[in-house]
Amino acid sequence: MNTSVIVFPGSNCDLDVVHAISSALGTQADLVWHDDNELPQGTELVVLPGGFSYGDYLRCGAMAAKSPIIRAVIEHAGSGLPVLGICNGFQVLTETGLLPGALLANRTLSFICDFCHVRVERNDTPFTSLYRKGQVLRIPIAHYEGMYFLPGDELAKIETANRIVFRYCSPEGEVDDSFSPNGALNCIAGITNEAGNVLGMMPHPERASESILGSVDGLPLWQSLSRWLEGRNRS
Amino acid sequence: MNYLAKILVFPREGVLDTQGKAVGKALGRIGFSSVKDVKIGKYIQVNLEAKDEKEAETAAEEMCRELLVNDLVEDHSIRIERIVL
Repeated sequence: MNTSVIVFPGSNCDLDVVHAISSALGTQADLVWHDDNELPQGTELVVLPGGFSYGDYLRCGAMAAKSPIIRAVIEHAGSGLPVLGICNGFQVLTETGLLPGALLANRTLSFICDFCHVRVERNDTPFTSLYRKGQVLRIPIAHYEGMYFLPGDELAKIETANRIVFRYCSPEGEVDDSFSPNGALNCIAGITNEAGNVLGMMPHPERASESILGSVDGLPLWQSLSRWLEGRNRS
Repeated sequence: MNYLAKILVFPREGVLDTQGKAVGKALGRIGFSSVKDVKIGKYIQVNLEAKDEKEAETAAEEMCRELLVNDLVEDHSIRIERIVL
């Protein structure tokens, strides 16, 4: 799997993603500087990692979304290849317009760094094929602005279009606002674009890919992507 | 000519403003019982060159659209002032 992990000034989960992919799949991932105009030739997966791009100044992800590399990322997404935004990467994806909505300050008005539970709502995406639908993942979050927001009518549209991939839930898989750590509307923790090849998620799969980290529930995400890309290359 | 674009950015109606809510509650707690609602936004001041006030305003609007404001969740207002040196 040829992966490009975009590094913005202030990204801090870029090396974690590289490490997780290397330990999960035994493949290397390239770090790509935000100021570059093109992705390395042969890039299959683009990851926008977590962190505090541009110090979270103005709005989280706003300035990163205007970086030179973003044009290439939008083209990459347009070609049907996968783009994954994790945490700040999710915020960047909403600011680019590749995903709808915005991530607002947590209703607790506090930075939350903790394990949470999310339920897999779809396993027909390149990112989630090796999960069971309804499977509960224990996976860390670490953010201040994670409350997913979209105006009511647009929210209804993405619900109807089945674009929610992960929802916050109880350890048993019950979805209810009381289990949402940040107050995200409809307990949304991760969504895709219409085509299903762009995923934004607040939880950090790269921090849950080795047993020493307390969870391996993020591991199938990398394996799903690798398998999906192999299948695509064969056909 | 030099102008100052004084830009206010604030949460849109219907968008949960957790900061505003918390501050509103605190004001009530310390005795300001007249407070109905508080909104918290930000102030951005851009010093720019333009041939007249209208051009300065058009440029500031474009900056808001392109970067400074996310109109999904934020509203804004702009006031242009000429800088007299």
